[in-house]
Order: sequence, then structure tokens, then C-alpha cells
Amino acid sequence: MATPTLNVEDLSVDFTHRGTRISAVRQVSLQVAPGECVAIVGESGSGKTQVFMAAMGLLAGNASVDGRVCFEGADLLGTEPAQLNRVRGSKLTMIFQDPMTSLTPHLKIGQQLAEVLVCHRQATWGEAMSAARRMLERVRVPEAARRLNQYPHELSGGLRQRAMIGMSLMCDPALVIADEPTTALDVTVQAQIIDLLRAMRAELSMALVLISHDLGVVAGLADRILVMYAGRIVENAGAAQLLRQPRHPYTAELLKCIPSVTGPRWERLPNLPGQPPQAGDSPAGCAFAPRCPRAADRCRSERPLLQASADTDGPARGVACHFPVLT
Amino acid sequence: MNTTGDPLLRIIDLRVVFAAHTALGGVSFDLWPGETVGLVGESGSGKSTLARAVLRLVRAQAGAVLWRGRDLLACDAATLRSLRRDLQIVFQDPLASLNPRMTVGESIAEPLRIHAGVLSERHLRGRVAQMLERVGLGAAMMGRYPHEFSGGQCQRIGIARAMILEPKLLICDEPVSSLDVSIQGQIVNLLLDLQRDSGTAMLFISHNLAIVRHLSHRILVMYAGKLVEVAPRDALFAAPIHPYTRALLSAVPSASKPQVRAGAPLRADAGAMPQAFDVGCAFRDRCAYAVALCGSTVPPLEEVAVGHWAACHRSREFTA
Repeated sequence: MATPTLNVEDLSVDFTHRGTRISAVRQVSLQVAPGECVAIVGESGSGKTQVFMAAMGLLAGNASVDGRVCFEGADLLGTEPAQLNRVRGSKLTMIFQDPMTSLTPHLKIGQQLAEVLVCHRQATWGEAMSAARRMLERVRVPEAARRLNQYPHELSGGLRQRAMIGMSLMCDPALVIADEPTTALDVTVQAQIIDLLRAMRAELSMALVLISHDLGVVAGLADRILVMYAGRIVENAGAAQLLRQPRHPYTAELLKCIPSVTGPRWERLPNLPGQPPQAGDSPAGCAFAPRCPRAADRCRSERPLLQASADTDGPARGVACHFPVLT
Repeated sequence: MNTTGDPLLRIIDLRVVFAAHTALGGVSFDLWPGETVGLVGESGSGKSTLARAVLRLVRAQAGAVLWRGRDLLACDAATLRSLRRDLQIVFQDPLASLNPRMTVGESIAEPLRIHAGVLSERHLRGRVAQMLERVGLGAAMMGRYPHEFSGGQCQRIGIARAMILEPKLLICDEPVSSLDVSIQGQIVNLLLDLQRDSGTAMLFISHNLAIVRHLSHRILVMYAGKLVEVAPRDALFAAPIHPYTRALLSAVPSASKPQVRAGAPLRADAGAMPQAFDVGCAFRDRCAYAVALCGSTVPPLEEVAVGHWAACHRSREFTA
């Protein structure tokens, strides 16, 4: 097998807050193959963002990291910032949820895009500005030439997110990490951004990690979906497989909770009883057991490991459950 | 739901202008006792402004808000205060809408202190305990502070506070948008249970069409400060008329049928926040069906089928 673009091995992230250690990510391992789109799905506090903040070297100061994160075979953790900056922003890039706070408010859009090439490719500002204009056209920003001279606040949310995506693509990245790229956008604009990401993947053969709480959003883009709960991966499967036949009860229940605009109308909305675990809770058994309709005594005492599913008929899949759903 | 007799709330040509921006460009509709009306639209379409203008939390420049026949916009402060007892609101951000320095018991008791006259402390505590039980939190939580609760729990507290006076109308402004999917259903079901017990009418504001579909009797679709479509729930989802409503429906991502989403018949985001225009249709720049007339004349909201209204010059063509 070729070297994965991103290889995360046994990654744990802990935060120390007022003397208490809170574990956000626990022994997570995952691979992203070249050109693959992997979605990470989970509720707030599940640790999905922290895995990639660790990979990008963007964790808060009170974090401690354990494990390995390799990008194209080279270790990222423990790398000097100067070394890290050669890949970060060029070959390995990130798109954030809120394009208003992730773009610099006092720099014009063109300058922010061009800067990427000036820093990483030693391009002149002139060359870089024309590349920035071509990129804005590529990400379907209308009137690209005029937008170069505008500030972020002059653009709508959808256009800002397009500019952000363009910025992440300036150096032909091998991997783009998109953290809730459409959550702050309206549903019509969201659909356009999903279409854009799909088109960019087809054109640029980059790998894409899509972090989202919305299974509907990732369904149309991802090759593979990883489901996280309480800092761990609980299910890993091909996207179509996972959506059609979820094995982990959490995935199955989550899918049932999504209301639809088609199909039968419900008198009451399905939901998961109880609360998602707080970051830092560390139950002895399965973290989902208190909310799980299938939980038995074993689940409360013995933590299930992520194991390859027995009856695989498609691509490899894994589930961390003593009593997986088998339908 | 009772549609005979008089409406609970009648909104007539309500207009709100912020500086040069028209947030509400003349909105009219009725809401009946016990009815749940869903209000959908994009951010900036004026949904929250409408909610706030009804409660006079923002000032309307023109129009009327008739609450059981009395104009809320014209009444004096003392009258407004007493009428607000029956009109309560639940906000989007559950933590920000609670006072961090008050225990949740104090927060929930506050409407009673303001509106219910002099009650003994014992009586107050009893009512608050009862309300906490009804929203599924338990009376023992009374002495805790908002930061000790999760988002979903804070929203239950916000609902308890709004419902303790048994209002006749509850306005919910994106009450579940900041909550995890697994929690959203809990909160919506709680609202439905409370509504069934007390007969409260609800104006439920959301950008999530799927949630609105499962709880509303009737749905209003808003674009750039105007209503573009009003229809009974089933009619809206089975046979949407306005091109904007149809674009909105086709843009909803689905986990069960990811590949079947039809291309949204929308032109690319033109980059500007749509505004209510006095000339022509505000949606025309994004509409794939726009004709010359759309640039010159504002389409009126007309009844196309029974109870089904749309503001589009071509609405007859779009009715099956």
C-alpha cells in the first residue's frame, strides 16, 4: 500500500484545566489515503476537531499530546514550528467553520490569497496576485478581479467561504482539512459549497478530511466516514455502507434522529435520551452505554475495542461495540 | 387549533427599517389559538426581526400587531407589560439568554414575580419545582447556575421560564439550532408536550425545514423581509410553488439519499445580502425563472390554491 497522506497512530490529546486533566482524544488511529475524502462525524465535545488541531500544531497551550501523526511519511508532532510551516498552509491546509474570523479583517482578499504563494513559493506579488485572481475564478467567485480589492466584511458568508477554500488550494495541497465548512452558512449556500468542494476534489486530486456534525452534509462527499464519540472512534466504514447499515448503535440512533423533508411525517421527533458525555468523563466501560438501547452489563464494565467487523462484504469497516447492530 | 372566531395574533403590513436596510418590507399574517406556525428563511431574511417586532423588542416603522384585537405597537408601556404575560419567547442561544448570576430557580421564578402579583416564597418555590419537573430537569436543580448545565439543559430552563406563566403564544427563535442532533428531538418533543397540555400557540422560527415540517400546522417562507409563500404544511412540502421555496427544499442535504439531490435551481450567490426592494422581486437575481416583469413589479402575495399563497408572477405556471 502506498504511504497514506495522513497517518494518525494512537493519538491522545489531554488538556489540563485548573489542575484537572481532561482527556479530549483517546488513542485515535486513522489513515487518509492520497485523494481520499474521509469524514469525521461526531457531536460537540466528541474530540473530532482536536485530532486535526493536533495534526496542524494548533492545540491550545494547556494541551499535551501523545502518539504519532505523519503527513506524507514525515512526523508532524514534535516538529519545530519553522519546519512545520513549510508544509502547513501549502501542502497541508485547513478551512475553518467561520470564514469571517479565519480571514484577516484588515487585509484585502487578494493579498491574503497571494501571500500564500509569496511565503511558500517565493513568488513575486505580481505573479501571486494574478494567481489569486485565477483561483477566485476557479472557486466560482463572481467578478474575481473586483473581489481581490475587497475586504472580508464586504463579502457574503458564502463568498468568504469560497475565498477561504481558494486560499487553502493555492499551493496544490495534498490534504485539505475542512472543519465544519458549511455549518455557518444557509442551506442554499451550503449546497453550493458542497458542490464546489466536490468539483475541487475532482480537479485537483487532493485528499479531503471533512469534519462535521451533519451526516447529511458528509453523505454527498465522503468516501469513508469515521464516527467519534467521547474522544474515540466508534465506527469506521465506507460512506454508503455506514449510512445504509450502521453497525454501532450510536450511528444507528443518530441516523434515526435526522428529520427529513421527504417521507412520512413524525408526530414526535426521534431522539437519543440523556446527554452527550462531558469532555473529561471517563466511564469504565463503553461511553455510549448510558444512552444505548442495546447496552448490557458487559458494556458498563468492559470498554469495547474498535474491531474489524466480521461480515465484511465491501471495504474494510470497524466497529467498537460488544453488541453491534446486524441487519 | 381553532380557526373560527378571531385570530390570536394578526400582523398587518409590518415594516422595520434599520438605517438604510429594510429588514421587514411589509409582512401580514394571522395566527390562530393553539396553532403552530413555522417561519423559515435564510439568515438575514428578517425572521428574528419579525419575532422581535411582534414583542416590541425592536421598533416597527409601520404596520400593526393586533393581539386579540389590541394593537401592541400603539399601547402604552404599562399595558404592553401586562399583555406580554401571554406572549413569551425562547431564544437561540440558551446560555446567553439566562442571567449567569442568577440560579436557575430564580430565573424561572422571575416571570412569576413580575406578572403574578404577590406570591409567598413557598408558593413560588413550589411552582418553580413543578416547572423544572415538567421540563425534565428535576426540582433539585433549582439552586444551580446556568454554567453547570449543557446546552440542551439550558434550553429546557429557557423553556421553563417562558412557559411558567402558561402564555397563549410562545415564539421560539431557532430554539434547537445550537444543539446537537441527538438533543434537538428531545427539545422539540418537550415543546410539543407543553403545547398539548396548555393549548399555547407557537411561532417556530427555524432555518431547518425538516424540523419545521414535523411540528407545524402551517408554514411561512420568508425572503429578504417579505413572505414569499404561505401554505399548510403538507401542501408546502408536496407542492411548493415559489422558486425560492423549491430551491430551499432541494438544497436540504440528506443522509439517506445523498446522491439524488437535484441541482438547486439557484444562480450562484451574487455576494450581497438580499434586501427588500420596492421595485421588482427581491429574489430575481438568483431565480432561474425570472422574466422582465420580475424586475419592474413587486409580485403580490396571492392565494393560488385554497390556503396556499405565493408571491411570484409565474406562480400559476408552477401549480401542478
